[in-house]
Amino acid sequence: MNARLSLTRQRLVVVGNGMAGMRTVEELLKLAPEAYEITVFGSEPHPNYNRILLSPVLAGEQTVDEIVLNTREWYAENGIALHAGSTVTRIDRARRAVKTADGITASYDRLLIATGSTPFMLPVPGADLPGVITYRDIADTEAMIDASRSYKQAVVIGGGLLGLEAANGLALRGMDVTVVHLMPWLMERQLDRTAADMLQRNLEAKGLHFRVEAKTEALVAGGDGRVAGVKLASGETLPAQLVVMAVGIRPNFSLAKSAGLHCDRGIVVNDTLQTFDPRVYAIGECVAHRDTTYGLVAPLFEMAKVCANHLAGYGIARYAGSQVSTKLKVTGVDLFSAGDFTGGKDTEEIVLADPAGGVYRKLVVRDDKLVGGVLYGDTADGAWYFKLVRDGRSIASIRDRLVFGESNLGDTGHEGQSRALAMSDDAEVCGCNGVCKGVIVKSIKEKGLFTLDDVRRHTKASSSCGSCTGLVEQLLMATAGGDYSAPAKQKPVCGCTDRTHQDIRDAIRSQRLLSIPDTMRFLEWRTPNGCATCRPAINYYLISTWPKEALDDPQSRFINERAHANIQKDGTYSVIPRMWGGETNASELRRIADVVDKYQIRTVKVTGGQRIDLLGVKKADLPAVWADLDMPSGHAYAKALRTVKTCVGSEWCRFGTQDSTAMGKALERALWRMYAPHKVKLAVSGCPRNCAESGIKDVGVIGVESGWEIYVGGNGGIKTEVAQFLVKVKTTDEVLEYAGAFLELYREEGWYLERTVHYVSRVGLDHVKKRILDDAEGRRALHERLQFALDGEPDPWHEMAKARIDLRQFESVTLA
Amino acid sequence: MKMEALGRAAHPSPLPASGERVPDKAGEGSMRMLCALTDIPVLGARVIERPHHPDGNVAVFRTADDRVFAVLDRCPHKGGPLSQGIVFGDRVACPLHNWSIELATGEAVAPDVGCARRFSAEVEGGIVYVDLS
Repeated sequence: MNARLSLTRQRLVVVGNGMAGMRTVEELLKLAPEAYEITVFGSEPHPNYNRILLSPVLAGEQTVDEIVLNTREWYAENGIALHAGSTVTRIDRARRAVKTADGITASYDRLLIATGSTPFMLPVPGADLPGVITYRDIADTEAMIDASRSYKQAVVIGGGLLGLEAANGLALRGMDVTVVHLMPWLMERQLDRTAADMLQRNLEAKGLHFRVEAKTEALVAGGDGRVAGVKLASGETLPAQLVVMAVGIRPNFSLAKSAGLHCDRGIVVNDTLQTFDPRVYAIGECVAHRDTTYGLVAPLFEMAKVCANHLAGYGIARYAGSQVSTKLKVTGVDLFSAGDFTGGKDTEEIVLADPAGGVYRKLVVRDDKLVGGVLYGDTADGAWYFKLVRDGRSIASIRDRLVFGESNLGDTGHEGQSRALAMSDDAEVCGCNGVCKGVIVKSIKEKGLFTLDDVRRHTKASSSCGSCTGLVEQLLMATAGGDYSAPAKQKPVCGCTDRTHQDIRDAIRSQRLLSIPDTMRFLEWRTPNGCATCRPAINYYLISTWPKEALDDPQSRFINERAHANIQKDGTYSVIPRMWGGETNASELRRIADVVDKYQIRTVKVTGGQRIDLLGVKKADLPAVWADLDMPSGHAYAKALRTVKTCVGSEWCRFGTQDSTAMGKALERALWRMYAPHKVKLAVSGCPRNCAESGIKDVGVIGVESGWEIYVGGNGGIKTEVAQFLVKVKTTDEVLEYAGAFLELYREEGWYLERTVHYVSRVGLDHVKKRILDDAEGRRALHERLQFALDGEPDPWHEMAKARIDLRQFESVTLA
Repeated sequence: MKMEALGRAAHPSPLPASGERVPDKAGEGSMRMLCALTDIPVLGARVIERPHHPDGNVAVFRTADDRVFAVLDRCPHKGGPLSQGIVFGDRVACPLHNWSIELATGEAVAPDVGCARRFSAEVEGGIVYVDLS
C-alpha cells in the first residue's frame, strides 16, 4: 500500500528551512498530507526556529531551545527528510534537481525556494575584520553573547528595529553600546520624528548612546587584528571590540538568479507565489511580489497559506499583498506603528502628545478612514487601531474619541484591549470557554501559534462570542513578538473555501444560483458538502436572495432552526410562543399553564422580550406542545425576527404620547417569520422616557408628540451599542415602510451572523440613509420585496409540511 | 389553528413488516436490523433510544454518499447530543459547542481531544444494520 503510494507521490524539495518555508509545509500538510514526498534543505544546523524571538534570546529573556518551532521529531513524524546544515548551491531546472555544497542531489517535481534574506554589509574599509558581524541567525546571536563576555564596548551600526533590539540586548548583557545611525532620527521607516526622539531619550535613560546623522567611514583594527573602533565622517572614533551591522537586509535570490529564474528586487512571483518556471514556487523575504518585498513575518504567513493551496492542487487562493505593523521588542519600551503614518497632502493627522509624560499618538486619516498611526508609551490600543486600518471601515462616528483608544469608547464592549498586559496569568480572558491568560500565553509559546485562528483552535479562547478577540490579539502581539499574523482584510467564510461572505452573496445574485451544491460547485468549494460554518450561511444567502425560488435546506440549518426550538445544555429544548407586542390574555395563559402541567415542564420563565419561556421540553414532545399551546411560533430559536418589545403607551400611561402597543403589534404582525443574517429585535416606546429600551434594539421606535422617531443598529448584547437616529415620520404606515425597508436592506446586504450594529458600522449609516431616505422609490421597492418574501411564509409550528420540517426527527428508531 | 397530521406518511419506509434478527449475516451475529436507509435524512441522523442503558442513546448518521455510521449520542466534550448536529463530509458538528467528531472513529477532530464510542453499522439492500453489543 505504502510502496504503491510512494510511486505516485510527487517530490517536493524545499530550499530554506526557515519560518516561511516551514509554514508553507505545515499548511500543505493540513490540506494534502499525502500529496508529496518532502525534502527540506537548510543552511543552518538547526531545526526551524522563530527568528523574531532572537532578540529576547540575546537579551537573556529566552533560550534558543525555547524558540524552536518545529523539532527534529516533527520532521520525522511527518515523513520529511531534513538536511540541516546543508546549503543548496545549484538548481538544475532542466533535470529538475538541486545540488548541495556537501554533495547531496535531490530531484523534484515541485521546488519551493524560501531562502529568506541576507543582512547588508556596509562596504567600508575594515568590514571584514574579526569582531564585525551582522544580526540574522542563531550563530550571530551566539557570537554576540560570546563577545559580551570578553569585551566591554560595542557599536551597532543602524538605528532601525533590528539594530535597536541588538543594542538593547548587548546593553543588558553588560556592554557599553553606542548606536550609529545615518538618518536624522531612529527607525525612520516606522516612526515620525517626535516618537523617535522620545524613543531615543528613553533608550538613553537605559544607558545606550547615540550618534544620529552619523556616517561610518571605516572600521579600525587593533593590535590583535580584531576590530577596535568605528571611525565616523565627523572625525570621531568610537572604541569598539564588537561591531554589529544592522543597516538592512536584502532578499537572498542569488541561487534563484543563477538558475535563470527571473529576479528583480527579489525572485519575481505572481499572486499564486509561482515564479516564471511553473514548477518552481518562491515565498518569504526572498521574493518580490507586485514590486514589494517584505521583511516581517505576518505577510510570509499569508503567502504560505496561498502557496500551500496551490501546491496541494486546489489552485484557488490568491495573495494580494499585506498591511504590516511593527512593534519594538525592547522590554520597557512600548512602541507601535502601522500603515501609512507619515501622511501627505490628502490626509489629516490626529495627534495626542505628552512628551514629558512619555505618551505620544499620531493617527493618520484619509477620507474618514484610518490609514496608519504611531503609538508611543501606551500601545495597548495598537491592535485595535491596526484592525481599523485593515478593515478600512469609516471612523467618522467615533472620530472625536478615536485618539483616546477603544477603551474610551464606552465602559462595556471594548473587547478588553487595554487590559492584556496588566492581567495576571490566572485572570480569565475568555469568559465563554473559561480560558485564562496563562494558558493562552503558554500555548502561543509552546505550540508556536501566530494567528488568532491558531489560538482559537488550540485554546478555544475568543472562539465563541468573540468579545475577547481584542484581548487575545494583544496577548498574541505581546507574546509572539509583536509581529503576529493579522487576518486578511476580508476573511474567507471557513476552511472549505477562500471566498468571503461578500463573494458568495455576489455569486448567488449574479449567477442566479439556487441551491447549495450549485453554489459550492460554482465557487469551487474544497470540501464535498461544506461544513457547519459555511452551509448555514449559504442557505441563508440563497433563501434571502431568491425567496420562493431557492429551496430551504433544513439539514444545513443549525439544530434550533431545524427543530424550531432552542436546544439546552442537557439536550432538551425551550419553547417560547409568540405574544404580539408582549400582550397576552387569560385564554393563552390558561393553555400555557395546562401545557406546563401536561408535559411536566420544569422551568417557566419570563423573558427579556416580554414573553414566556418553557424550559426542559423533550424533543419528542415538541409537536404536541405546539399544538396544545395553539399560539404562533415565537422564533426565539432562529436568526429571524424575535420580539417587538413595547411599553403600555397612551392607552394607559399618563405620560404616553403615542399608542406604542398598537404600533408594536402592527410591526410584529408585519415582520414575523422574517429570517435575517442574525436575530432581530425591535422595540416601540410611547414617549421619550423610552421604557421599552428602544435605544438598544436593531430597530427602535420612539413616539413623540408629532410622530415617531426611528433608530437603527442598536444592540444590548456582547457589544452594547446605542442605536443611531435614522428618521422621524408621522404615520403608522410610514413606520412600517421605513423599518421594513431598513430590515430588507440588512437582509439583502448583511453577512450571515452579522448583527445590524456590525452591518451598519461596516457599510456606514450614510449608505443606509442614501438607500432609505434619499431614494423614495428604492425604499418602497425594498419594502415590497420584504412583503413578497414574507407573503405565505408558513408558521413552522402549525404548517410543518410547508415549512419543510422533517418529522422523523421527533421519533426515535428501534432495533429489530 | 389546526395541526397537520404527524407521522412518517411523507417518507414511506421499505422496511419488512417483521423486523427480526438477520441470521444470514454470518460471523456478525450481533448485527441487527434497524431501519430503512431512507428513514435517515441525507446528511442527517436518527436516534436509537436506550432509556435504561448507562451510556444513553446511540446516533446513526447518513452521509451524502449513503454510508451510515453509529456513534454514542454524547459528545466527549460536554455530553451534547451529536445526533442533532450538522453533518458534513464524514463528520458531525456538536450542536452545543461546535466540536467536530469523526463519524468513522468517534474521535474529536484536532486540536480537540476526546472520543465518543463508535459502533459497527452498515447498509445492505437499502436496510441499515447496527451492532450495539
